[in-house]
Amino acid sequence: MITLLLILTPLVTGLIAFFLKQGNAAKNFALLASVATAALSLSAVFAQGTITYDASWLASIGSRITLKADGMAKMLTLLTAVSFPVIFTAIYNNTYKQAASFYGLMLLSQAGLMGVFLAADALLFYFFWELALIPVYFLCSIWGGEKRIAVTFKFFVYTFVGSLLMLIGLLFMYFNTADQSFSWQSFQAVQMSAKQETVLFWLFFIAFAIKMPIFPFHTWQPDAYKQSPTATTMVMSGIMVKMGVFAVIRWLLPMFPVAAAQSANLIIILSVIGMIYASLIAIRQDDIKRMIAYSSIAHIGLMSAAMFTNNATAMDGVMIQMFSHGVNVIGLWIIADLIEKQLGTTNMKELGGLAQKAPVMAILLVVMALANVALPLTNAFIGEFLMFNGLFQYNMVMAGIAGISIILAAVYTLNMVQRVIYGNVNAITEKATEIPSNIQLALVIITLMILVFGVYPQPLLDLTGDSVSAIFVNK
Amino acid sequence: MNAIIFSAIMGVVMMFTGIFTNKKPVITLTAIVALVILLVANILNSYGIFSIQVDTKDLLHFNKMGMFFNTLMIAGTLLFVLLSGSELEKLGNKTADFYALIFFVLCGTAILTSFNGMLMLFLGIEILSIPLYILTGSDKKNLKSNEASLKYFLMGSFTTGIMLMGIVLLYGATGSFGMAGVSNPATPPSAGVQTASFLQVAGMLLLFAAMSFKVSAAPFHFWTPDVYDGAPSVFTSFMSTIVKAAGFFAFIKLFASNTSLLGPTWSIILSFVIVATLFAGNITAIFQRSIKRMLAYSSIAQAGFMLFALYSNNDLGTEGIILYTVAYCLATIGFFAILMKVKDYTFDGFNGLASTQPVLAFVATICLLSLAGIPLTAGFFAKYFMLASVVKAGGPIWLVIVAVLFAAMSAYYYFKVIQAMYFKEGQPETAEIGQGFKFGLLLVAVAIVLVGVLPSLVLNCFYF
Repeated sequence: MITLLLILTPLVTGLIAFFLKQGNAAKNFALLASVATAALSLSAVFAQGTITYDASWLASIGSRITLKADGMAKMLTLLTAVSFPVIFTAIYNNTYKQAASFYGLMLLSQAGLMGVFLAADALLFYFFWELALIPVYFLCSIWGGEKRIAVTFKFFVYTFVGSLLMLIGLLFMYFNTADQSFSWQSFQAVQMSAKQETVLFWLFFIAFAIKMPIFPFHTWQPDAYKQSPTATTMVMSGIMVKMGVFAVIRWLLPMFPVAAAQSANLIIILSVIGMIYASLIAIRQDDIKRMIAYSSIAHIGLMSAAMFTNNATAMDGVMIQMFSHGVNVIGLWIIADLIEKQLGTTNMKELGGLAQKAPVMAILLVVMALANVALPLTNAFIGEFLMFNGLFQYNMVMAGIAGISIILAAVYTLNMVQRVIYGNVNAITEKATEIPSNIQLALVIITLMILVFGVYPQPLLDLTGDSVSAIFVNK
Repeated sequence: MNAIIFSAIMGVVMMFTGIFTNKKPVITLTAIVALVILLVANILNSYGIFSIQVDTKDLLHFNKMGMFFNTLMIAGTLLFVLLSGSELEKLGNKTADFYALIFFVLCGTAILTSFNGMLMLFLGIEILSIPLYILTGSDKKNLKSNEASLKYFLMGSFTTGIMLMGIVLLYGATGSFGMAGVSNPATPPSAGVQTASFLQVAGMLLLFAAMSFKVSAAPFHFWTPDVYDGAPSVFTSFMSTIVKAAGFFAFIKLFASNTSLLGPTWSIILSFVIVATLFAGNITAIFQRSIKRMLAYSSIAQAGFMLFALYSNNDLGTEGIILYTVAYCLATIGFFAILMKVKDYTFDGFNGLASTQPVLAFVATICLLSLAGIPLTAGFFAKYFMLASVVKAGGPIWLVIVAVLFAAMSAYYYFKVIQAMYFKEGQPETAEIGQGFKFGLLLVAVAIVLVGVLPSLVLNCFYF
């Protein structure tokens, strides 16, 4: 029941939000709703074992409303549920035209994300996959930057093509199931020839790869992140990219173990190329937002490589990193948004000396930056360490090449820190003031999560342990 | 039988209404009442409660599927009249005659859902088509409307000739006008191998071409954009939904039982037609400036998807064509009703509609999402069932992938309208819009979403 509520709360409150008065009412309502969802999600996390919910839906085609919250799903719903209040707090002082629709769409996208992480029925999963996309499309296109229409449409077409390919894959799987059903169990049990398995694997994988995104399906991402309203960018880079990672682990690997093992090498090579490529581009960026976008591609590349190493340690790392990356990148976006709001630019060439004008912000930015570099004592270190450990066992050369990206990450992140907060105050940064209290609150929550899970990640590992062992027990 | 008899009678009744009154709202009201009577009569018939028995000498065969389809057609027309009746009244002084013609079209569709032989098929197609030629030209002071009507008439009659030729060849091969002529081989099957004579194959191909013309499948689609664009929008809305669906029903009914006759050639021909239709419709729709013309091409593209039901020829395909009809009729009739309220039919004419007419923009968005086949709308399950039926029938994976890529392409032109309405600034000129109209539109939106979440609502009616 609680799993159903996790989806219904944002869905219903999102629909209600559209009819609220413009302005503060919608803002406060959305914040309250997201806090309620967060509370629900916490109670789900502390509940023992896997929570399931099952209800009849489309009897004639064998699809049911089946929701399953195992460790991984609990962890990701927690990430979704915690991120939204943090985001809403951070953007509390922003004013949006048609605020009611803005917050309504944000909550609807949260409902879609929750559904993706909880669905244990393939058709239901597909529905939520799209439900998460459509509100984001509208959010970016209405409230985004100058080039928003073209950029978001590119993003939409990319993901829509991916989803449709996945739909074909779903249909072929469905007709191969023993009991003509869309349930996760039946999909796992499908027997098929190696050739079929390879074709179906790629149909699904392209959909997930576009979403993550991994090289060479990533071209929609930097522009979309730059042009979207920052609140939506936080959702996209913090949570939506995890949909792709999650989908690979929940659906792809159990369904096509043979094809996954065969294609693993190719995918890991692509991921490693993507990591180095994105890191190199990130170094050359002068714009904070674009730098974060490329750095995000590099981090996702590592997760994607680690997933396919067929190694439980690496998988533990992926689990931790999904959560950590979500939290850290949202923190970075909050600061980027703050700088843009205050100074009207995110171009590093025009910035400098913020440490003198806003010391608290500078400290928080350094914390986020260090987490982005995966320094020990930050949460990202644990995840990256475990993932590199697994990758090293898979292939030393590949791990070595991928390791360069850590150095590169330090180069671009610290370079950004240096150019933005140190140096001399110039005409533009003269205007900078200290960080507002609501953003301070949001960032302190994030900092706490970074440090706590950086020192003591065991709760997260315990939470997702059952999902990891479930993946490797079948092999 | 009820549907045929009642629709013919109601057509005559509508003709006489024009003599007794000149008040257009009264005429529309009469038409609505007549449609409701027709709908009730047909539903009573399908439940076997009340039906007029006529010995048709086996020329007509009534089954559940056909009668359910009648219900859909009549309900669709009712929706059309409720939403767009006021637009129809604006076209000249012959309102009553237009309604009469619409009822005759319904009579044609009722024959097409129950024909049991070539003769009745021919009669149904003609009863359906001739009123359409007139309706297309009903805006008689408009040159484009005249051109469209003449074009439609000439090409339509030419196709009729081809169709008759096909029927004659089949008659020559089998000595019968019955459906058996299409479905059974002329020579008895020897050793399990069915063989068809040359005459029979030629006749079937001619019939195939003629039916493809009626449903605007490529390469017989060239009339569609001009006719749909030239005809008054009210009748484009009617033609591209109700009439097209009826054409598909007849097409599938005619060819459902004989796909094995042509053997593997059949699926090759059909795949070619499907891919060509999807290609011609989608690619051309992308380059249109006028939304009405874009919809004409998109209706060709949608026909490509509906042809999958013919390709798969199984129960999922049947369910699919029903859902497709429902989804397509709801979305297209709804969207055309909105289009007619906007003065400028170009994409730019829709700029900023969301800020001036939020309800219209919202419903238009739902309709367009449904046409594009986005989940949670009826259009998704329509496409889903079509694709599923092909997969179930063991169709090649490339065909499904091609179809899906074209579906993604269709999102481009449908979303261009959404982009204009929501993301661009402008002051679109719209006609006066009443509360009742908005309410009706919202009901359409609710219906689209409802079918999109629970398609079994429609399908269960079919299996009642």
